[in-house]
Amino acid sequence: MNEVDFLLWVKGSAFNIALFIFVAGLVLRLFEILSLGRKVNYAVPKGDPMQGGLREIFRRFGTDKATFQRSMITIVAGYVFHIGLFVVIFLLAAHVEVFKSVLGFGWPNLSTPVVDAFAVVTMIALVVVLIHRLQHPVKRFLSSPGDYVAWAVTFVPLLTGYMAYHHLLLSPQMMLGLHILSVEVLLIVFPFTKLMHTFTVFLSRWYNGASMGLRGVKS
Amino acid sequence: MRMQTPSPYEQTLGEHLRSQGISRRSFLKFCGLLASSMALAPSMIPKIAEALEQAKRPSVIWLSFQECTGCTESLTRSHSPSLEGLIFDAISLDYHHTLQAASGDAAEHAREEAMKEHYGKYVLVVDGSIPLDNPGYSTIAGISNLDMLKEAAAGAAAIIAVGTCAAYGGLPKADPNPTGAVSVSDIIKDKPIINVPGCPPIPVVITGVIAHFLTFGLPELDSLGRPKAFYGQSIHDRCYRRPFYERGLFAETFDDEGAKAGWCLYKLGCKGPVTYNACATTKWNDGTSFPIESGHGCIGCSEPNFWDFGGFYKALSIPTGASGKNAVYAAAAGIAAGVAIGAMNKKSKAEAASSHQTVTVEELNQESGS
Amino acid sequence: MSTLTLERGINAFKAQIDAPMASFFSSCVSCGMCAEACLFYTENPDPRHTPIYKLEPLRRVWEQEYTLIGKLKAKLGLSKPVTDAELAEWQELVYNNCSLCGRCTLICPVGNDITYMIRRMREGMVASGHAPEGLIGASTRAVNIGSPMGVKLPALQAQVRHLEKSSGLEVPFDKEGAEYLLMLSSMEIMNYPEYLGAVAKILTNAGKTWTLSSECFEATNSGIQIGSSDIARELVSRVVAAAEKLKVKTVISPECGHAYTALRWEGPNLIGRPYTFAAKHIVEVLDELRAEGLLQTEGFEESKLTFHDPCQLVRRGGVVEQPRNLLNMVAKNFVEMADHGTLNWCCGAGGGVSANEDAEEVKLKAFQRKKKQLDELHVDTLVTACANCRIQLEEGMEVNQMDIPVLGLTEMIAEHLVERKGGAA
Repeated sequence: MNEVDFLLWVKGSAFNIALFIFVAGLVLRLFEILSLGRKVNYAVPKGDPMQGGLREIFRRFGTDKATFQRSMITIVAGYVFHIGLFVVIFLLAAHVEVFKSVLGFGWPNLSTPVVDAFAVVTMIALVVVLIHRLQHPVKRFLSSPGDYVAWAVTFVPLLTGYMAYHHLLLSPQMMLGLHILSVEVLLIVFPFTKLMHTFTVFLSRWYNGASMGLRGVKS
Repeated sequence: MRMQTPSPYEQTLGEHLRSQGISRRSFLKFCGLLASSMALAPSMIPKIAEALEQAKRPSVIWLSFQECTGCTESLTRSHSPSLEGLIFDAISLDYHHTLQAASGDAAEHAREEAMKEHYGKYVLVVDGSIPLDNPGYSTIAGISNLDMLKEAAAGAAAIIAVGTCAAYGGLPKADPNPTGAVSVSDIIKDKPIINVPGCPPIPVVITGVIAHFLTFGLPELDSLGRPKAFYGQSIHDRCYRRPFYERGLFAETFDDEGAKAGWCLYKLGCKGPVTYNACATTKWNDGTSFPIESGHGCIGCSEPNFWDFGGFYKALSIPTGASGKNAVYAAAAGIAAGVAIGAMNKKSKAEAASSHQTVTVEELNQESGS
Repeated sequence: MSTLTLERGINAFKAQIDAPMASFFSSCVSCGMCAEACLFYTENPDPRHTPIYKLEPLRRVWEQEYTLIGKLKAKLGLSKPVTDAELAEWQELVYNNCSLCGRCTLICPVGNDITYMIRRMREGMVASGHAPEGLIGASTRAVNIGSPMGVKLPALQAQVRHLEKSSGLEVPFDKEGAEYLLMLSSMEIMNYPEYLGAVAKILTNAGKTWTLSSECFEATNSGIQIGSSDIARELVSRVVAAAEKLKVKTVISPECGHAYTALRWEGPNLIGRPYTFAAKHIVEVLDELRAEGLLQTEGFEESKLTFHDPCQLVRRGGVVEQPRNLLNMVAKNFVEMADHGTLNWCCGAGGGVSANEDAEEVKLKAFQRKKKQLDELHVDTLVTACANCRIQLEEGMEVNQMDIPVLGLTEMIAEHLVERKGGAA
C-alpha cells in the first residue's frame, strides 16, 4: 500500500466505517442515557424548569470571579482550546467541504493562516491542560486512562493536520492520510469516552437547570 | 527519428548533434533548460553539456501496452524546433511500434535484434499498463504484454515507465480495473525503474529524465519512484493561485466572481496539494500555461489512482464514499441498537426497583450492631 | 430475617440511576473544578474529597449495568464489580465529607448535579449497611421516638406552658382549620427555645391562625440525611398526616435547611402525590407577611452584621431575597460575605454531618472556610436561618476563639416587631 492508496483508503472505506460508528454510537449513547427515565416530580414548582434549564445551558459558559481565580488555568486553557477546536474544526475551508459533503450544506470559512494560528494556540493550550492534569493533585488523581486517551485523540489530529499543511516530517499525502486517520480514530472513540460531553453537556446543564428552575433557584 | 542508422552507437552524442547541424548555442540552451528543470545550479550547465557530448547514443526500446498513445503524442506534438526533438536525435530508438516505419515481422525483428545486440545496455521505455487477468486483453504480435515486458526487461540497463499507466496502472487500473491492470514496477523487481508519471507526462520531463540517465546515471527518486528533480514539489506549492488559498478565497463554481478573479480552485476539486509534478514551473505547450491557468483544478494525474480520487470536482478533503447516506444508515442502526439497549436498561432498572426491600431502622441497627 | 447486604446496595444503586445521572456521568471531563467548589476539599485538600470522586462506586455501577461499553468491559474482565470493602471505604467520603450543600452542583461547568447523585448514592450505602452510626441512631430515634434527638412531646408541652406563662401568648395544639401548621426541629426545642416564642409572637401579631400538632412536631428528616427513602417516607408521612388531619393551608418548615428540602421538595415525591397544603420555610412566610404589611418593625440593630445563607435555602431552595428583605428592615449595617447567596459556603455540618460523630474533626476543618469569610468582614453579629448551621457556627467560633454571636433571623425580627392593632387575637 503506497501513500496514495493509504490516503484513498482513509478517505474512502475507513471514513465510512468511522462515520458509521460515530453516528450510530452517538444515537445509541443517547438512547442509553434517556432510556433510564426520570421520575415525575410532585413538588409544586416555584419556577419554570424549562426556563431554568435554558438559563443554565448558557450561564455555565461563565463563572463567578472567585471560582475563576481558584481554577484559572483550567478555565482559561479550557476556553482557549475549546474555541480553538471550534475554529479549526468548523472554519477551515477544507473542513467546511467535508461537512458540506456529509451534511449537504456548508458555511463560510476563515482564511487558512488564521486557522493555522488557532491550531497552534489550541495545541499549546492542550499541552498546558495535559501538564496541568499531570501536576494538579486532584486532576491527576481523578484521571483514568480514558482521560488521557481523550486528550490524545484530540491532540493528534491537530498535530497531523498542522504537519500536513506545513509539509513537515512526512510527505503531505502521508500526513494528510494520517491526519484523516487520526480523525477517524477520534470519531470512533468519541461516543464511548468523555468526549461525549460535547453533546451531553447540554443535557446535563438542562437537567440541573431544570431542577434549579423548579426550585426557583436563580444563580 | 533515425531508425536503423548504420552503427549509430559509435558516435558520441556531441558528434551526432553536430552532424545534424545543431549549433553549440542551441545545445547549451537545451542543457540550461535541463539544468533548471532538474533544479541544478547554473554552474552545472557546462558539466551537463560535457557529459552529454561524451555520452554514447544508447539503444532505446519503447514498449506500448494498455495505453492511449497520449504519452507519445505529448512528445511528438511538442513545438518546433523542439528541444525534445534534440534528445530524440540523441538516442537510437530501435523499437517503437507507433513511430517506427517497419511493421509486422520486420518490426518485431528489429526489437529482437536490438535486445540481442545491446543486451544489458539498452534502455527500456514502457508506456501503458499490463493486464494480468487475461493475457489476451492486450498482445503485440501474439505476445502478451506480460511476456514481452519480462523478456525485454531481462536485458535492460534500466526501465523508464513513462506515463501514469506504466508507472502506477493509470486509467486501465481505475476501479473496477476490468483487466487486472498493473504497473511495470508491480512486475519487474530486479531492475532500476524510473517512473515518469503524468497523463501525459510533460515532454521535457521525459527527455530530461533520459538526459539525466545518459549524463549522471539514475536520478534520485522519491518513494513513488519518481525523479525528485521533476517531482519534488507539489503543484500547490508552486501554484500562482496559492495566495488566494492562504487568504481563504475560493471559487465556488466555475463561473462565479471568484473564478473570474482567479481565486483558488480547491473547492472545485483541485488536487494540487497532493500532486507532485513540474506543471506549475515547466508548463505545457512550449511554456504557455498549465491547467490551473486555464481555470481548471489539477486532477492529480501524476499520482497513483488519481482516477479514483473521489472525483475531479470534489474538494480534496471530501471523503470519497456516500457519507450522507451512510450517516443516515448509521443513525438508523443507532436507533435500533439504542431501542434494544434502552429496553434492557428499562427492564434492568424495573427489576432493581421491584426487588427493593424496604429498609427499616431495625435492620440498620442489626447491621451496625453485628 | 433480612439483613443489609452488598447485593441490596447495588440493587438500590441500579434502581436510583436515572437519565440525569447517566447524562452527568457521561459529561464529566475530570476537570477537578468541583474540588475547588467543595469546602471539604479546600479546607482538607485530599484529592479523595473531590465531589465527583465520592460517586465513583455509583458511576461504576452505572457504567457496568447501563452502558454497552461498560458491559463489554465487564465481560472482558477490564472492570471489576463494586465490592463491599469499597463501599465501606467510601462511607466517610459520602457521609463525613459531604454536607449535600450543592456548591459543586452550582460550579460544575458541564452542569452535573453532584449533590443529587450523592443523595441518591446514600440509598445504596444504607441498603448495603454502610451508613454511619450517628445517622443510624438519629434515624432510629426519629422513627421510634419522633425526634432524632429523642425529644418527646411532654418536653415540648412543658416548654409551651413556660412560653405561654412568660409571654401571655396562646400557643395552640391541634387547632383544626388553622392557616398554618408550625413545625419545629428538636434543635430549636433543645437549643433555641426563643424561636418558638418569636414565631408565636409574629404570627399572632399578624392575626394569623396557627397551630402545633401533638401528633407530629418534628420537621427534620433523618431519612433524607442518611439517604433512605423508606425512612424518609415514614417520617414525612407523619407531617402530611398531621397537616391533612388539621386541614391547614400551609405547613411552616422551621429554621432548618434540610427540613425544608425534605418537606418542600422530597416529601411529595416520597408519598407519590402532591400535598393538599403548601409547604414553606419560615423565612418565606415572614417575607410574605412583610409584603402584605402584616409584619412591621421598629428600631435597628446597631451592630455590623452579616448573614449566613443556609445551603438548602439558597442553592437547593431558591430562598435568597427573602432573608435579605427581612434583615434590611432591622439592620442598617448589614454586609454581605465575599461569596453569598447561591454561592455561599456551607457551615460544614449540613446533610447529616452534624449527626455523625465520626465527622467531628472533619466538620471543624470545614468550618475554616466560614472562618476565612468572617475574618474578612470583621462583623459583630452573624445571623442565619438554620438551627443546624447555628449550632455548627457557634461550635466553630468557640473552638476558634472567635467572639461573634450567632442569631436566628426570626428572633431578630421578633425583637423589632411593632404591635398591630387588632393583631393579637
